[in-house]
Amino acid sequence: MDELHKHSVAELAALLKSKKVSAVEVATRFLARLGGNPHNAFLDINSEVTLAQARESDAKLAAGTAGPLEGVPIAHKDVFVTKDLATTAGSRMLSGYRSPFDATVVARLRQAGMVTLGKLNCDEFAMGSANENSAYGAVSNPWNTAHVPGGSSGGSAAAVAARLTPAATGTDTGGSIRQPAAFCGITGIKPTYGRASRYGMVAYASSLDQAGPMARSAEDCALLLSAMCGPDLDRDSTSLDVVAEDFSRDLLRPLARAGKDGGALKIGVPRGWLSELRDDVSAQFSDQLQSVSPLADMRIMSGVQELMRQGAKLIEIDLPNTALAIPVYYIVACAEASSNLSRFDGVKFGHRAADFADLTDMYKKSRAEGFGQEVKRRIMTGAYVLSHGYYDAYYLQAQKIRRMIADDFQSAFAQCDVIAGPVAPTTAWKLGDKADDPVASYLADIFTLPASLAGLPCMSLPVGLGEGGMPVGLQLIGNYLQEAKLLNVAHQYQLATAHHQQQPGAAA
Amino acid sequence: MSAKLVQGYEVVIGFETHAQLSTQSKIFSRAPTAFGAEPNTQACAVDLALPGTLPVMNLGAVERAIELGLALGSHIAERSIFARKNYFYPDLPKGYQISQFEIPVVQGGEVIFMLGDEKKTVRLVRAHLEEDAGKSLHEDFIGQSGIDLNRAGTPLLEIVTEPDMRSSDEAVAYAKKLHEIVTWIGICDGNMQEGSFRCDANVSVRKPGAALGTRREIKNLNSFKFMQQAIDYEVRWQIEEIEEGREIQQATVLFNPDTGETRAMRTKEDAADYRYFPDPDLPPLVIGRDWVERVRSEMVELPWVMAARFVRDYGLPEYDAATLTQSMAMAAYFEETAKACGQPKLASNWIMGEVSRRLNSSDMAFARLLVTTTQLAALIGRIADGTISNNAAKQVFDALWSDGGDVDAIIEAKGLKQMNDSSALEAIIDDVLAANAKNVEEYKAGNVKAFNALVGQAMKASKGKANPAQVNELLKNKLS
Repeated sequence: MDELHKHSVAELAALLKSKKVSAVEVATRFLARLGGNPHNAFLDINSEVTLAQARESDAKLAAGTAGPLEGVPIAHKDVFVTKDLATTAGSRMLSGYRSPFDATVVARLRQAGMVTLGKLNCDEFAMGSANENSAYGAVSNPWNTAHVPGGSSGGSAAAVAARLTPAATGTDTGGSIRQPAAFCGITGIKPTYGRASRYGMVAYASSLDQAGPMARSAEDCALLLSAMCGPDLDRDSTSLDVVAEDFSRDLLRPLARAGKDGGALKIGVPRGWLSELRDDVSAQFSDQLQSVSPLADMRIMSGVQELMRQGAKLIEIDLPNTALAIPVYYIVACAEASSNLSRFDGVKFGHRAADFADLTDMYKKSRAEGFGQEVKRRIMTGAYVLSHGYYDAYYLQAQKIRRMIADDFQSAFAQCDVIAGPVAPTTAWKLGDKADDPVASYLADIFTLPASLAGLPCMSLPVGLGEGGMPVGLQLIGNYLQEAKLLNVAHQYQLATAHHQQQPGAAA
Repeated sequence: MSAKLVQGYEVVIGFETHAQLSTQSKIFSRAPTAFGAEPNTQACAVDLALPGTLPVMNLGAVERAIELGLALGSHIAERSIFARKNYFYPDLPKGYQISQFEIPVVQGGEVIFMLGDEKKTVRLVRAHLEEDAGKSLHEDFIGQSGIDLNRAGTPLLEIVTEPDMRSSDEAVAYAKKLHEIVTWIGICDGNMQEGSFRCDANVSVRKPGAALGTRREIKNLNSFKFMQQAIDYEVRWQIEEIEEGREIQQATVLFNPDTGETRAMRTKEDAADYRYFPDPDLPPLVIGRDWVERVRSEMVELPWVMAARFVRDYGLPEYDAATLTQSMAMAAYFEETAKACGQPKLASNWIMGEVSRRLNSSDMAFARLLVTTTQLAALIGRIADGTISNNAAKQVFDALWSDGGDVDAIIEAKGLKQMNDSSALEAIIDDVLAANAKNVEEYKAGNVKAFNALVGQAMKASKGKANPAQVNELLKNKLS
């Protein structure tokens, strides 16, 4: 029973289904691990709520009406609104806020039988790459508590890595699932934009925000993603009108037959993204790219080589506008954020300043007190790029380049089935290292931003340890709606390797 | 076009009208739109802009926009874009209003109407969909303001014209025509007191032939009377300013009905930067030809189409047809009556005359008329077959108006039947001729008025029951 927390989602679901363990036992075991809030990963825990759900699940398991993941615990990033637990989005602005409804993703996972363990720390309004921007304190990396867990879904990644929960939800706007998954040595996937409903997700950048699962393996991610996705046309106009899929269906396909035409899988690696592929041809691009730290670079290349060993073919592709993804992303995301966060004005909900002279003063003080530095920085950036006289030069230009970046991917996918590359240029840095240098942390988003801007499905899976003994992630990017293909490739890798089973000492 | 000048200045007016669309639910949420509910009882999580909520387009609002576009000969954009207009105000829950900015759903078109005997055309620039804001309540909250979000998210169609109007008369005639059209096609209830149809008038003046003057926008004109007063005042004010050597500053002004004056709310210098950008929560609104055609096929007959049909099928003069098609209720009333009695011109006369007069004097709408078309048709039938005179018919109508009942029974009860028996009438006429020898003489001497006096005497003697045509004929015979 003490080892319950070491089981994967798939294993727990099987144990529960075969009644070898009850949902209440599982919940109790995980709740016991949350005492003292390790890594500051959780923002809200309510054992009564969790146990009530677990009892419900046990009843369904007994009655034979169980969902596919009945009784398996999950914790939610604090940007998903929940009825039974507070939702703060990591901000003082929403301290103690209680939503009258559950996010669609939360409701769907509950419907599949999952039991909510609590709400997870994150960067304020999902803005950040290190989880240092939370109003409720930074999250530490279970592999080395002096290091950041990545962000913005840092609490989710740390909690899964430390085996505080078998699974977590995350959201990814510019890399917020993939980068913390890489930094914490777990597996996470961001589906195609529109696959998962955004209803009930506190909005950061509407055209980019997308929910996804974070767990220990591709197999678990496939189970979770199948439960999360599906059209939600009555609540989210950007929800895709495509039927829910079983994302586990292709997990077992060998890579030698996983290509488009049933032939070998073709893996495209963008020129300049990895050192081995930095030839003369790619020099013009590589100059603009931050190079990946040597050990991480080597791990990623080994990961690609493992896929080749299994029969995949490597081809070089070009994503010539990669470097432009950074300014484009920070224009588009900030523009949308500046507008999305206008509703936090102290009038209807959220923080309101205690003293103010008049309406304008109330707005100013409430927002000055409620928002943290990084949120203010992005609101100001966004308001600036949308201002009269600057809109064409920044926002419109960014939209044009965003289209070019998406087009680059389509040219690439004409030649390959999936794209492989780094998630981040380094392993997790030390807490505080980039806290005062926002631009340095923006630049580290270089490899995750292009797929976000294009709305493509993409994931991160662990491929070993890099500098400082910290985990390294391999990024896989697929064409639209090709999540099953990504999970297929990742699962085949994980069948042959054990990197995803490595765990930090803290997880014992 | 004959431009009417005011003190040597040409008046230039353009309109922006907010028509509240007659959908059951809001434009981006499922909350109801009914007017007059307790504050904040008709606002859902989406209207309150709670974290995590998203807008979903109400297709009923889109269909109403398509209907207006079809009615006015506009282009219906196959792809239009919703944008966010960002500003802070307590009654704007999201901190931005969702509206259409660069690419509206309805583009171009025109409103054609009569100003006196002159046909006028006002061109539309566009009509776009947007959401209304809530209301700030500044009374009854000692020291604080209350916010009622019932109206937040109510669907509006903002209808924008070119600066084509040249007088307050023309502006009011345009607004009345537009009001008639939106209520006729049923996309708006047209209730101006409740704010369902609000007009903003952009007014400027210039010397004939000069470039457009600087305009001031009079906001929220919610009655035709105030509209006229406000524009007239504004025109006089602007001319006075210019005559006294001052320049007009672009401004937004409010009309105060108590003082009859307009006053500036804000000038251009205060104009906010709304930081418009396409709303990433709403994909482009795509309207396929098949959707447009379906809406077209389900649309009611337009008033000018119906008027042309009245001329063609019922032989009505154009004036009658245009008057009868000012409201759907009136047109329908006419058509039913005309069909039932087979006397379209008589029906038209009665409806435009007696019926309208009675409705106007009791300030009632056509829809509330209690005299049925069957009753009116029966009445007209009795005039046509000579049973009663026109005057007697008015008495019957009075009875129908106040008490209802059967037309023939009323005629009987009131003894209004015309005397069509020629021998009885001849006896009366003989008596009249004998008693009015002077008139007879005068008539024979060529005085036509004397003949009319004789007719009057005969009618009087018959107690109004004689058929005037018959009296005329008999008299002429006797005097010839």
